[in-house]
Amino acid sequence: MTVANAILQGIFLGAFYAVLACGLSLMFGVMRIINLAHGDVAVLGAYVVLVIVQSTGLSPLVAFVIALPAMIAFGYVLQLTVLQRALKAGILTPLLATFGLSIVIQNLLLLRFSPDVHSLGASAGALTTESWNVFGSITISALGLVVLAVALVVFAALHLFLSRTRPGWRMRATAEDPDAAELIGIDSRHVYARATAIAVAIAGLGGLFLAIRSVFDPVSGPTQLIFAFEAVVIGGMGSLWGTLLGGLALGVAQTLGAQLNPEYAALSGHLLFLAVLILRFGGVNLARFGARA
Amino acid sequence: MKVRRWTRTSKLFTGGTGVVALLLASVPLAFSPDIVQKTTTLLILVLLAAMWNALAGYGGLLSVGQQAFIGLGAYGTVFFAGFGMPPYIAMVVALVVTGSLSIPISLFALRLRAAQFAIGMWVIAEVASIAVRLDQDLGAGTGISLSQLYQYDPNYRQAYTFWLALAFTVVFLAALFFLLRSPLGASLQAIRDDEDAARSLGVRVAARKRLLFVLAGFGCAAAGVLIVANTLFIEPGSVFSVQWSAYMIFMVLVGGLGTFEGPILGAILLFAIQTTFTQGGPWYLVGLGATAALFALLLPRGLWGTIEERLGLRLLPVGYQVVDKK
Repeated sequence: MTVANAILQGIFLGAFYAVLACGLSLMFGVMRIINLAHGDVAVLGAYVVLVIVQSTGLSPLVAFVIALPAMIAFGYVLQLTVLQRALKAGILTPLLATFGLSIVIQNLLLLRFSPDVHSLGASAGALTTESWNVFGSITISALGLVVLAVALVVFAALHLFLSRTRPGWRMRATAEDPDAAELIGIDSRHVYARATAIAVAIAGLGGLFLAIRSVFDPVSGPTQLIFAFEAVVIGGMGSLWGTLLGGLALGVAQTLGAQLNPEYAALSGHLLFLAVLILRFGGVNLARFGARA
Repeated sequence: MKVRRWTRTSKLFTGGTGVVALLLASVPLAFSPDIVQKTTTLLILVLLAAMWNALAGYGGLLSVGQQAFIGLGAYGTVFFAGFGMPPYIAMVVALVVTGSLSIPISLFALRLRAAQFAIGMWVIAEVASIAVRLDQDLGAGTGISLSQLYQYDPNYRQAYTFWLALAFTVVFLAALFFLLRSPLGASLQAIRDDEDAARSLGVRVAARKRLLFVLAGFGCAAAGVLIVANTLFIEPGSVFSVQWSAYMIFMVLVGGLGTFEGPILGAILLFAIQTTFTQGGPWYLVGLGATAALFALLLPRGLWGTIEERLGLRLLPVGYQVVDKK
């Protein structure tokens, strides 16, 4: 029974990872780049919400809606100023530039907000306290349900956007072949900037959930990035629904590991990630190893 | 037209490097332990920068997880010294054992591309860090000191550690230098310039990359060994910190990715910055991160690459130049 509960809690946790990973997956799918500052962007979003909550006393969810336009604008500008240039310079440059950006964001947050940990759990009210004991040891928390529902809505909305709308078609066409897309009059710069704006907005949502469900500080970003990237890889890079499943698998692996020993939580997620990589790349290649070497 | 490798300047400079190494060897005899310790730190930075450059600059392998080997080398030293080995022997054993781990890791890590490799290595570093944290005998999360070194007089200890650092740095840099100059080196530089083109010419890209990965694994493990010998105390939060990757990226990008001399220049610059801003602090790191990003975007060949290009200067020649015959 405790295992069943651990799996359920893992799904709730995994929905959070899926939200964190969604933007990372979108940017990889459209531009083939991984933004190493993605986790820090999520934490930045959490701080923006924190500032609004502290100065206005609004609920974190309302504060997030207020912060949203700023996050979208930030993503758009980030693409046009930094990423666009990095994109043209080869496959390593985006990684190097966003790694530098990650250090800059972390330390600017440190300067502005000190290394203290913060949480928005208390200001979210009933959302964090409400939970129901369903059956035996199985409990469902309001927050878990909300995060899961929001995750499903975000992925479904993104799916509909990409499959049913004109801007979505342009984005898929550009992802498929940017040069051919340019030929039929699609401005790839604009499409990329739009993708990054969406990615940053969803990362901010991930940051909001991080802030409500636990604590965060200026250097929380790298851990969020690792979890998000693990979700993307476990689900299969370039697949949006795969990322949702990958997030859920990561969450379940972590809560099951924590059943054995609380310190095994992150470790079992990492091991699942490495196992997936070995099966997907190592296994095939070990067979070929003799032939190639 | 004539192809040449050596110029008068590069002959002078390469010879000069040998003299500098000899002069450095006498540092512990002439200076206070404080200066000896600082110079050891500089040597560690040079070693780290050269190894990260071997991976990224010549193999096209961008790793943000080389701290895995730094941490393993450092903890390996404490582990083997705990068996009653003399500490300096334990350092060599730790280097060999933890450096060798790069071979099994390479079997699967090298199958990963770009970001997958970068973050895959980071996760390996995280796993190594968690493994150490779970081990009470290694001090768990709170850290551990290499107490066996206290048996030496501080002045001698600092001198021995310095000579070991100098030896490691010279050996690894020389290994890289001669590797790049050998026929193998030509294929490595071909991979640096265009991996697909190199493969189509019959370069065994996978085997070459493995060579660089293992060299960098040993080099970073050596740096880890030196870090514990130099600071006497380590904790998982610092030796396995991704900050090491930030330093390596800064040194190599500013100095010059894919040049032999560049990372050495980058290490000297970082060392100068660290000694000037001893307080460290967030502004200093904001500066490091922003500088690294700007160099990646605007000056991808770094300071040295740009100097080389403008002046045609080669100090430690690993390639060839075409010159007009007079």
